[in-house]
Amino acid sequence: MASVMVKVKQKQIAQLIAHGKRLDGREPNDYRPIKIEVGVIEKAEGSARVKIGNTEVLVGTKVDVGEPFPDTPEEGVLTVNAELVPLASPSFETGPPDENSIELARIVDRGIRESKAIATEELCLEPGKKVIIVFIDVYVLNHDGNLIDASALAALAAIMNTKMPKYEIVNGEVKKKPGYIPLPIRNYPVPATFAKINGKMIVDPWLEEEQVMDARLTMTFDKDGNICAIQKGGIGHFTVQQILDAAKIGQQKSADIRKLVVKE
Amino acid sequence: MPVFFEKRDIVTPGDLLAEGDYFAGDNTYKEGDKLYATRLGIVDVAEKTVNVVALKAFYSPKAGDTVIGKVVELTIAGWLIDINAPQQAMLRASEIFERDYKPQRNDLPSVFDIGDLIIAKIIAYDRTRDPQLTIREPGLGKVTRGQVVEITPTKIPRVIGRKGSMISMIKEQTGCHIVLGQNGVILISGKTPENEHLAMMAIRKIEEESHTSGLTDRITEMLKKLKGSDENASKGTRETETN
Amino acid sequence: MPAKAQEKQKLIDKEGKRIDGRNPDELRPIKIEVGVLSNADGSAYIEQGKCKILAGVYGPRETHPKHLALPDRALLQCRYHMAPFSVEERKSPAPSRREIELSKVIREALEPAVFLEYYPRTSIDLFIEVLQADGGTRGAAITMASLALADAGIPMKDLVVACAAGKVEGKLVLDLSDAEDKLGEADLPVAYMPTIDAVTLLQMDGNLTLEEFEQTVNMALNGCKQIYKIQKEALKAKYVALKEVAEE
Repeated sequence: MASVMVKVKQKQIAQLIAHGKRLDGREPNDYRPIKIEVGVIEKAEGSARVKIGNTEVLVGTKVDVGEPFPDTPEEGVLTVNAELVPLASPSFETGPPDENSIELARIVDRGIRESKAIATEELCLEPGKKVIIVFIDVYVLNHDGNLIDASALAALAAIMNTKMPKYEIVNGEVKKKPGYIPLPIRNYPVPATFAKINGKMIVDPWLEEEQVMDARLTMTFDKDGNICAIQKGGIGHFTVQQILDAAKIGQQKSADIRKLVVKE
Repeated sequence: MPVFFEKRDIVTPGDLLAEGDYFAGDNTYKEGDKLYATRLGIVDVAEKTVNVVALKAFYSPKAGDTVIGKVVELTIAGWLIDINAPQQAMLRASEIFERDYKPQRNDLPSVFDIGDLIIAKIIAYDRTRDPQLTIREPGLGKVTRGQVVEITPTKIPRVIGRKGSMISMIKEQTGCHIVLGQNGVILISGKTPENEHLAMMAIRKIEEESHTSGLTDRITEMLKKLKGSDENASKGTRETETN
Repeated sequence: MPAKAQEKQKLIDKEGKRIDGRNPDELRPIKIEVGVLSNADGSAYIEQGKCKILAGVYGPRETHPKHLALPDRALLQCRYHMAPFSVEERKSPAPSRREIELSKVIREALEPAVFLEYYPRTSIDLFIEVLQADGGTRGAAITMASLALADAGIPMKDLVVACAAGKVEGKLVLDLSDAEDKLGEADLPVAYMPTIDAVTLLQMDGNLTLEEFEQTVNMALNGCKQIYKIQKEALKAKYVALKEVAEE
């Protein structure tokens, strides 16, 4: 059960937003402060910790060798999993992944996959038999809203930070050569998430805003500002105009945030 | 202030029914000054109120309704009754045993057991409370004989007809005693199974054609015709049986 | 390899016709039937291209298990499930991550339409079975599910209708088939309540510029409006036919 929220506060948030203001003093299109650290877990091939306000997500990557999918025999494999760790929120429970963590993982996955961020065709060792598998594990440590943007940003920072062993095939056996090479990264997908409250759109909702929002919209943009993934969530709806407006604002927000990860 | 549909037109959820100074009646909602349908049904405009008579709907309990339901569970406080509504109804044990009801002493199943059919009246129902029933009125209580027909509850008024014309006609033509539960459950008890069957056929046809006009005449005609052929048919079977 | 072989085959020919002979803005053939299951409170069946999908609704009814019941509204539960034989290679009947995500987004596409607040403490249980999959199963599933809800007599603001548009070989196309979905550059499903201009599902994968995005959304909405008409007729069909016969 999600924690019950006092009705007066819900009303206050909704009324403020109708006047273009937010309870924490932000403007409708402001993000909370974003902090990114990389290489925080030495045993992982790549890692990153991202904070957006009090929301905190840790992503670790592992690299291994395995079989390709039958329909893409010459491409490496990308796997994204998300854990809503019980210590991160009273509303998270132990047990197998629920629909929320599966949705989160699939949104992060779609951004990376559809923008072709990882050059999977360079991860083939022996066509149809041996390819490199990249595991991206999203670990939510503190939930204060907008897990999607924090997780996707951490995942991007983590794959950019990932070093993989130099593999070679000797007589059909996979061997590691000394040294490491970076994962081949070709694109930098960054999402922007909106919440609709009281008929108005805001970016980067924090937890209390998420609890009163009607609906949520995430748009992921690639390095050229093209859209590569979209996900609507929540039980409310958007008008067509709201969506088209959000796309323009999202493109800008995504470009701003990308500068925090991708240093020229 | 236009109205976009003729009386007796079939509409679906989301159809814009009227704009302007109209009241939202049954199965409609208003946003701004636009009035829309919420269910598949027939438009009915009475003065300034726009209604949709639903063609398919489940029963929404109302205090004062007579309903026919079956006992599905016994609890310490009484009987749970399935009345074809979203929530089960409660018939309290104190309704039968009055104030000196003691769960240790009084035996609920000896009065109504699981699977029993009862005729009851709704005394209370709101958003916070499941329907409460009573049987302390004449004509209410356990059903011991007869046939049960279930129809879409919104069609009960059609079975009754204008000023009861339809139901009295069916009773007259078939000689059956008929109890109409507002929850769409109808109890028919007649002298012979053939009579009960006739009444059942009539009710089925009303349900199927409730959204058409000239229905009472067609039902009368059908009953008269069936009565004729039924008498012949039953004679026929009797003859073959004796052979 | 099958994927490679298909890639060589052009999905759009010189005249702009698609692999199945359709124009870019043309829907696949659609057949809809309502009230096809006698046990369910409401049901509907669709064939859209090679998609064959069945939807059934039970409720509003008592919530099981009881602790899931909500004090102020009905609980809408949705299961999107694909039959093991619905795709080329047998799919395990256990729910996949894709099916769990789709169950969630389909439910959230329908919730804005249903007057859930009328029936506190009850549950409305929606079951969607994909008997044969083609492109756009989630859209066809939403179109069907909203008809099954209406057929169950559950009050709604509007019917929800869904359709996808996308980009294939640089061209924007409506209602993608399986091959177009897999080999094309973008797929964008939309669910919509036309009367009140409410988008209730929006997803995308692929690559679109902002300008293409706007055009694709509008194309998908156009598809929605066409299917909406078919959907309404299907819901009324049984009663209209009876009315004509009876009043002759």
